[in-house]
Parts: sequence; C-alpha cells; structure tokens
Amino acid sequence: MTSPAAPSSFPSGLPSSPGAHVRAVHDDFHGDLLEVSMGPHHPSTHGVFRMIVTLDGERIVRLKPVFGYLHRNHEKLGEQTTYLASMPYTDRLDYLNSMTNNWAYAIAVEKLAGQAVPERAEYVRVILAELTRLLNHTCLAGFLLQDTGCSGTPLMYAFREREKILDLFESLSGSRMMCNFQRFGGCRLDPTPEWLAAVRQLVDGYGRFLDEFEALISGNEIVMARTQGTGVLTPALAISAGVTGPMLRATGVDYDLRKVDGYGVYPRFEFRVPLGAHGDTYDRYMIRILEMRESIQILRQALRDLPAGPILDPKAKNRGFRPKPGEAYGRIEGPKGEIGFYLISDGSPNPFRYRVRPPSFVNLTILEDMCLGQTVADAVIILGSIDIVLGEVDR
Amino acid sequence: MLGTGLLQGLAVTAKNLVGSFHDPERYVTMEYPEVKTKLPENYRNFPFLVHDDPKDPLGSLRCVACTICETECPPQCIYIVMDRDEKGKALKRPKVFDIDISVCMSCQICVEVCPFDAIKMDQHYEIAETNRFQGLLLSREQLSKSNAYYHQLHPTEAAAVDALLAEQKAKQAAAKAAKAAPAAKPPAPAAPAANPPPPPAPSAEAPKPPTPPAP
Amino acid sequence: MESLEQIRERLLARFPDAALTVIANPGPAGQPSLLVGSPHAASIAAFLRDDPALRLDYCSNVTGVDWPDREVVETIKRTVPPPPPAAPADPSAPPVTPKVIEEKVKRHIPGYFEVVYHLYSMALKHGPVILRTRTADRTDPASLPSLTPIWRACEFQEREVYDLFGIRFTGHPDLRRILMWDEFKDYPMRKDYVEPDDYEWEPTPHGAVLDKARRHYPAPPESR
Ligand code: SF4
Ligand code: SF4
Repeated sequence: MTSPAAPSSFPSGLPSSPGAHVRAVHDDFHGDLLEVSMGPHHPSTHGVFRMIVTLDGERIVRLKPVFGYLHRNHEKLGEQTTYLASMPYTDRLDYLNSMTNNWAYAIAVEKLAGQAVPERAEYVRVILAELTRLLNHTCLAGFLLQDTGCSGTPLMYAFREREKILDLFESLSGSRMMCNFQRFGGCRLDPTPEWLAAVRQLVDGYGRFLDEFEALISGNEIVMARTQGTGVLTPALAISAGVTGPMLRATGVDYDLRKVDGYGVYPRFEFRVPLGAHGDTYDRYMIRILEMRESIQILRQALRDLPAGPILDPKAKNRGFRPKPGEAYGRIEGPKGEIGFYLISDGSPNPFRYRVRPPSFVNLTILEDMCLGQTVADAVIILGSIDIVLGEVDR
Repeated sequence: MLGTGLLQGLAVTAKNLVGSFHDPERYVTMEYPEVKTKLPENYRNFPFLVHDDPKDPLGSLRCVACTICETECPPQCIYIVMDRDEKGKALKRPKVFDIDISVCMSCQICVEVCPFDAIKMDQHYEIAETNRFQGLLLSREQLSKSNAYYHQLHPTEAAAVDALLAEQKAKQAAAKAAKAAPAAKPPAPAAPAANPPPPPAPSAEAPKPPTPPAP
Repeated sequence: MESLEQIRERLLARFPDAALTVIANPGPAGQPSLLVGSPHAASIAAFLRDDPALRLDYCSNVTGVDWPDREVVETIKRTVPPPPPAAPADPSAPPVTPKVIEEKVKRHIPGYFEVVYHLYSMALKHGPVILRTRTADRTDPASLPSLTPIWRACEFQEREVYDLFGIRFTGHPDLRRILMWDEFKDYPMRKDYVEPDDYEWEPTPHGAVLDKARRHYPAPPESR
C-alpha cells in the first residue's frame, strides 16, 4: 500500500486488499465478516476486473474495485506516436465501439486543428455511430441477461443481430471490430450504394428483433424480480460522480450530448431522449432498449437525407499532420457515455498530451454505492448494467 | 397475470427453435472449416507486396524502399533495408522487407500512406504457425504476390489502382516524348504496360476464399 | 454562459486574495482555461458548483500534464555605447555609431505539474469551464488540493493522476494506486520516465528496440 492519506470513508477495523482468496475478517461490532475476491478471473466481470467484496452474511458492506490488469498505458503510447497512428489504437479502447472511439478522437483533433468536415462524412459518421449504439446496447442486453443467470439464449439472440452489424462494418471498413475508419476531416472510404441498401435493410428489420427480444425478456417475471429495485442510483449522486450515458439517463437526468452539444449533424434529426424513473437495474436495461428504438429513427432519417459529395475534406492532411500549438477537448455521446479526448499540441507531429476520458472508468466510481446492502448475486448484475469494457477502463 | 411474461418468452424460444430448421434468418451458424464465409471485398488482414511480373516476383516489386510505411506503421512491425550496388548507390528496391505479423494489427495505415501502391492488404487468414518468431515473420519472398492476385482479392480497388498507374505511366511517357521530340530520332512508342491487368476475377458466384500465396 | 473573464471577475470579488489567471489557448479550439492557486482551489470549485448562474455540477475530465523543465535560448540585442574618445575629438572623423551586438542568453524555465479539470453544467447544459492547478516545480513530492469532496467524479480520475504522474492530492479520501500495482515505484506518465529494460526478443529490431537489442547482445551476430 502506498496510501499517503488514511482512507477516511472506510468503516474502521477492516483491513485493505488481501492477497488471500477468501478469508474471514474479525470485527468486534459486526461479528465475522467475510472478504471475497471476485475476479480477476471470473466470468461475471466482463474481462479481468476484480472486486474485493466484504460480506456480512450475504449482504455487501464494502466493495473495492481493483483495476489495471489490462493497463498498457494507452496515453503514453498516444504521446509516442503521431496523430494518425493513434487512430487504430483508439479502436482498442472500447473494442465493441471502435467507430465511436474513432469519431471522438477525430472530433478532438479536428477541434485542435480547426479542420472542417464535409457534410456527407458527418452523415456517414452519424450512421456508423448509431449502428454502433445498436450493437453495443444489443450486446449489453444479452450480457446482462447472462449475468442474471439466464444462460445462453438471450445472449445468442443478441449476438446473432450484432453479427449482422459487424458484417456491415466489415464490408465497409475491412474489419469487424477494429474499424480504424474515421480520419481527421472525414472518413477513410465512401460507402457504396449497395452498402447503404444493406444498412437500410438491417434498420428495417431491427425493430422486429427488438420486439421479439422484449417479448422474451422485458415482461419476464424472474427478470423483473431480479432487477427492479436492485442497484438504485440517485440522480444527485450520478451527477456528482460524473456518470454519463444510459446510466445517467436511467436516473432521470436529461443529459444527452447529442442534444446538448449538438455535434455533427445531430440537431437535424428528430429523436427523443428516453429517461428512467427509478435508476435501478431494470431502468438501465429498459433505457437501452428505448435508445435503440430512437437510434433506428435517427438511422432512417440519416439514410434518407444522406447528401452526395466528398467524404474527406480535400484539404485534410493525415500523414505528416502537425497542428498548431494549443489544446482541445472533444467529446461525443458514445454508447457507454461521454467519451472524450483531451489533446495538447506543441506543434510537433506527436501530441504533447493525449488523454482519454473513458466513460466506463468514470461510471465505475459509483459501483460501491450501488452495491452496498445488496447480495453478491446482485453485484454481478449491477456491474453488468453499468456496461464496462475493460479495454477502456484500464487503457 | 403472473407467469404470462414467462410464457411469452418461452413462445419466442419455441419460435426460434422451429425457425432454425427452415429459416436461414434464424439459423446462422456456419460449419467452418467445411463451409467458409464469403469475405467482403474490403476485408483486410495482413499486408503483402505487389509485383508486376509473375516471372520475376522479386525484381518487379513496385516497392521502392522509401520506408514511408516503416515510419508510419504504428506498432513498428515493418523492417526495410534498401538494396544498394557495390558503389553504395541506392537501387530503389528493398533488399530486406520484413513484416512481423505477430505484431501487425491490420490497421492498413501502411497501405494508405504508400505513394506507389506497392503494399496492399491480404485476405489470407489461416495463418497459425508453430514458431512464434520465424513463422510469423514474413520476408520479401513470402510477401510478394502478383497483381493478378490483388485483382482477385479487391477487384474494384485494383482496377482503380491500375487505371491510376497507367495514367501516371502515360504522363511520364508523354513527358519523355516531349523531351525527346527535338532530337532527330522519333521517339519510340510508349512502352506497353508491363503487365496488362487481367480481367476481373469471377466474382458472380463463390468468390474464392483467399488461397495460399500465389506468387 | 459568461465568458471566462467575467467568471474571473466574479470570483475575484468573492475571493479577493485568490490567485486567478486566465490562460489563453492559442489553438483554434478556443477553450481558454482558468489557473487557480492551490490555497483557494477547493473553495473556488465549490463556488463554481453552487453558483446559480454557473452550476457547474459535472466534472467531466480530470487529467494531469507534466511540463518538463525547459531551456530557451533567447537572442537579446544590446547597444554598446562607443568607447569614449581617448584624444580630444577630431571634428573631421566620422561620428561613431553605437554598436549593436546580439547575445544569446539561456533561460531556464522551470517545469511544473498541472492538473486540468473540465467542468460542465448538467442543470444548465453549458460548458466547458476549464480549471487548472499547478505545482511550483517538479520536485517530489508534488502535491495539489483534491477536488473529490466537491465532485465525486474526481475520485478515480485523481487517483489515476496520482498513479501516473505522482501528484498527491491533499484531501482525497482514498489515494492509492489505481492502474499500476501497489508496489510499483515510478510514475509512468511523467515525461522523464525511463521504461524498465525488460528486453523482449523481436525478430525485426529497429529504432529503439534495436538499441535495446544491442545492449543485450554486446556483439550482435552479423545480420544478413
Ligand atoms: S511499400 Fe510503399 S511506402 Fe513502403 S517502402 Fe515500399 S514504396 Fe515505400
Ligand atoms: S497493417 Fe498497420 S500494423 Fe500492419 S504493417 Fe501495416 S501499418 Fe503496420
């Protein structure tokens, strides 16, 4: 432990992170508490993530997340490579949503350099970002159900649909998940009419899939019993803790960067921002389903209005790119929340400072608060409903 | 009523179970390796080098060893040594061109930055090897693939590249002709393209999954 | 939303002895920031959060920046007055023009650590207001006030800054390493961090890896 200040928020008398897997902790007031180390190799943690859970009977009295098993110092890598070479690395942050990561990075660099983006590229970016949102939320719904113990079936149905979107990404960008598609000032390739037709077909069929998925899950009494009232998050805490994305909106706070910042061409589309009422796990699941339905609306409009024109600004320079000294923070509404990039340029080909604001990481701040007083089995679904990807948490 | 949600869900699973016997939408499993999926044209895996003359795969590489891709490659997995004659003059072709595909992350940046259209993305994905170091280190000999192979993988892109190269060549020839015009001898007709592009690969049905290297 | 200058004015009215500087952003992004002196950082942050016109209730991004020491060479022009004539002035001699000499002066600019906070308002939907706090120099232990008591969002992000930059946040409830393991000694995001020499053999060493390879194989076998 290299803790300089004594942790003050802990109940006193509890020792900190143990090496042992499970051991009893003796405490005069609570009787015997049990400390369980969940993870890093645990199927419920969605990767290599560890929670040190202290239990009083089956109730959680303390939970400390431990990170860093996947840490590769992405930010240092970003400072050691050129602006363009960081683009494929951003794919590997949140590897489910490489398209939105690319876009967030591109937006930050475009701000930094004052680079304009052609209209067609903006539309294509919206299409790709909304497809990514569909993909991410579909996966999340499947995984969340997997975490409740509903093994296999919903996850496979979700993956079947996700695969269709990945096929689209593959035929456009060449890779299913590591798309590396956005460039500073546009996109790398122009989608063909056939590709757009395929997207249209997918969008038309997606509502049907959602109906079916909801029939499978949303009304299911067991799912409701497990998720309703579990892991309640209050709006005040959510705002203070910087929680963003569907997690925040499930608590009823209306904050969607697509509306607030209106980046890209989002102000041109008509869509609603679904809000939750209870801030519990069921709301978080439902918000994602509703957001997918809104995404379908946005996709329809974007496909309808897609203008012709260049896809990459002819003045855009990607190789040998040296922005003028300055700094910029660019952020977008990723499927998991606000993903932002903070860049400082000193005029050299590499960024002086390259910082990723990872939504999953910040959203984990309140994991303990949501889990206190719940059972271990609930901690698993609460973690599932936060929607983390360890590639982004640990960077 | 309690339990309706459950029953509704079971009906969905039943529908999927029955559907999986007749509806391709509901049965999406592919029996790899007996059945292979059709790769999209844009699919990318690892880079290869294009040569123009199948009889001389190493001599006719388009690569001029400018090392732009080496500098731009994010994980630095390309290694190039320029070929030189005895006097140390650069010969504008690589003596060593290695790509360590255990490090390569298939990002296609090398393809994007190459000004000579010399490096392109392969689609051969069955690359398991027993030797992590030498087996996955592809040398110039292994990387060199013919232009016809490139056409087979990415027909549209390759056609565009060929058109571009032909245009450049014509321009060069024209410039040369203009230079030579004042001279007494009439200039020789522009050299025919070294390797006329083969007709686009048959892609109507079953575009072949990438076959092992066809240098 | 008010401009950063106006915010600064209002803050100065409220905290007259606070050190507040607006740092301009030379780039086209147009995101200037407000440098806050450490003693008042927490109270100023609380003011920004609670002020009804600002209500910056959401701290989006917290990050550290390491500005290393710099040496700048400046050219200074100096006019040297002509030496006083030894003999009584000869009226026929041309007037002596004063000589201008250029001198190169090395100036040492001390580095510092900086923590940057990007604040937005979820209630009023505006932002960003960018706060910065700075240490005086780069000597260890660097320490800055923590804003975690104001915004919970800083908790993990400040821990990360501590972990990677070695900035201690006074007032942070649980300041431990977060991404690196507890026994790790150095701070990897500092500009002068030296990576440990854990050489891994690569078949195509070049650049820095080749230097490393040479270190590990004093007499390398003749490569091809
Ligand atoms: S492949 Fe292209 S970029 Fe790379 S060295 Fe050869 S000519 Fe240059
Ligand atoms: S695909 Fe990317 S990683 Fe691979 S050799 Fe090319 S530039 Fe390097």
